[in-house]
Amino acid sequence: MNLRRLSLIAVPYLWLFGLFFVPFLIVFKISLSDIALSIPPYTPTLELSEGWAGFKDMVSKFDFENFEFLATDDLYWKSYLSSVQIALVSTFICLLIGFPIAYGMANAPKEWQPTLMLLVILPFWTSFLIRVYSLIGLLGQEGLLNQFLMWIGLINDPLIILNTNLAVYIGIVYTYCPFMILPIYATLIKLDGSLLEAAEDLGCSRTEAFWRITVPLSKAGIIAGCFLVFIPALGEFVIPSLLGGSDTLMIGKVLYEEFFSNRDWPVAGAVAVILLLILIVPIVLYQRNEQKMMEAEQ
Amino acid sequence: MRRLTWFNATSLTLGFAFLYIPMLIVIIYSFNESRLVTVWGGFSTKWYGELLQNEAFLSAAWVTFKVGFFSSIIATVMGTMGAYVLVRGGRFYGRTLFSGMIYAPLVMPEVITGLSLLLLFISIGLDRGLFTIILAHATFSMCYVSVVVSSRLVSFDRSVEEAALDLGATPFEAFRLVTLPIIAPAVISGWLLALTLSLDDLVIASFVAGPSATTLPIKVFSSIRLGVSPEINALSTILILIVTVGTVAASLTTKRAVMRRQKAEQMADQSS
Repeated sequence: MNLRRLSLIAVPYLWLFGLFFVPFLIVFKISLSDIALSIPPYTPTLELSEGWAGFKDMVSKFDFENFEFLATDDLYWKSYLSSVQIALVSTFICLLIGFPIAYGMANAPKEWQPTLMLLVILPFWTSFLIRVYSLIGLLGQEGLLNQFLMWIGLINDPLIILNTNLAVYIGIVYTYCPFMILPIYATLIKLDGSLLEAAEDLGCSRTEAFWRITVPLSKAGIIAGCFLVFIPALGEFVIPSLLGGSDTLMIGKVLYEEFFSNRDWPVAGAVAVILLLILIVPIVLYQRNEQKMMEAEQ
Repeated sequence: MRRLTWFNATSLTLGFAFLYIPMLIVIIYSFNESRLVTVWGGFSTKWYGELLQNEAFLSAAWVTFKVGFFSSIIATVMGTMGAYVLVRGGRFYGRTLFSGMIYAPLVMPEVITGLSLLLLFISIGLDRGLFTIILAHATFSMCYVSVVVSSRLVSFDRSVEEAALDLGATPFEAFRLVTLPIIAPAVISGWLLALTLSLDDLVIASFVAGPSATTLPIKVFSSIRLGVSPEINALSTILILIVTVGTVAASLTTKRAVMRRQKAEQMADQSS
């Protein structure tokens, strides 16, 4: 009985420990190792045969050289800053677009709602890569958007959208919008309509009732949606490398290139460690919001 | 009752147009005769034919299928066990670390997961290929399965399980005969999620794949980098079609299952 419980716990535990936790420690270790342009082992190495003394020996040889390198080369901190900026702005645009959609869904006739819900979920199951790809054909210089705008006579020369930061914003908003819509819809659908009626009876205008009742009561959904867009957008790699230009700096792309093109693994490790440190703040805030939502439901 | 105001109708129309027009264009242009992707040259299905003769795409699709099949099964078993430990496991040493390891991969940037797994495989001297992709995919998708299954485990009445134990079932029997049928819908949706995540993943696979195994997303990514092509349009259309049929079918079956359950519950109420 006890053995069974132990093995039930041990199997998933050891799996995650070996394939999630240990790899992460390795990244951390390599970020503190010396820069070498070849394959491992990096110095210092861990001498398992020497036991604890070997471990202490390795730790004593660690240095923050790679992190110092990140601080001195402005490519890195510019990429961090521009990633945060791109993620923040696109989260905000997602909210501006997603909220009216969620609001429209929640106030649509009841029998429409399952279909509308399905329409939001469908892009979520569709390949991410394909959705990003579908924007390439649309946004290019000879793309359909430019053809359309020139045809209606709004512009004379094609706009350059693809391979700029603007395309990255459009890409993030387009692919992550369902993540914003779903949590907001989930809170709006639970909103008690009689509260709005009461407010109107008491002389509140509809707009005022919206700002003073609907928005505060959907706050948890708005916060959840914002984090669900912001967190993955910050480390995004596919969108900046397909839609962005050579001057688009996003840290996911920098990490990928540092690793595969420059083959500087210790620096790539340091880039990853700092990215995680930046992400810890929003992740902790997100968890707290989720807990609050759970408590509110009980 | 609820009526559609002009504002709501407009925001829904514009919103769904934004979500769907780019994909509709890909579908329409997959039937374009011309190789030039911006010029309409007449209706044709020839790109589907070319796609089916493209050896590189076919073998990549086969690799992706194998990875998705095996990794989603491992992820479902591991993830269900993980959820059970999380919800029913009680207190044990290192519980906080365990729940952290379940939730962290959900928010971890893919580049970091990929990088860390690659460094692990290199440091233990494991050759990169099909096997490493399966391990990597099973690891991150088991966490999604855990979350889906644990939300179902939390919400169901535990006394049914206890009744089975009181009536002499062994814990394993109780799990197989009582718990598993109740959480089965969540396990199935967890499995579907794991499968989709695996079929869809580009970043983690491109870290851990190595030169010997190319998955479909890796192949698609490298050809997209060269620009829009009618073959990719055709491939996208096929994938969008599969997803649409799958999602619609899944939502219809769950709707029917919910209705059947409600009916059964009503009958149970009446007879008691």
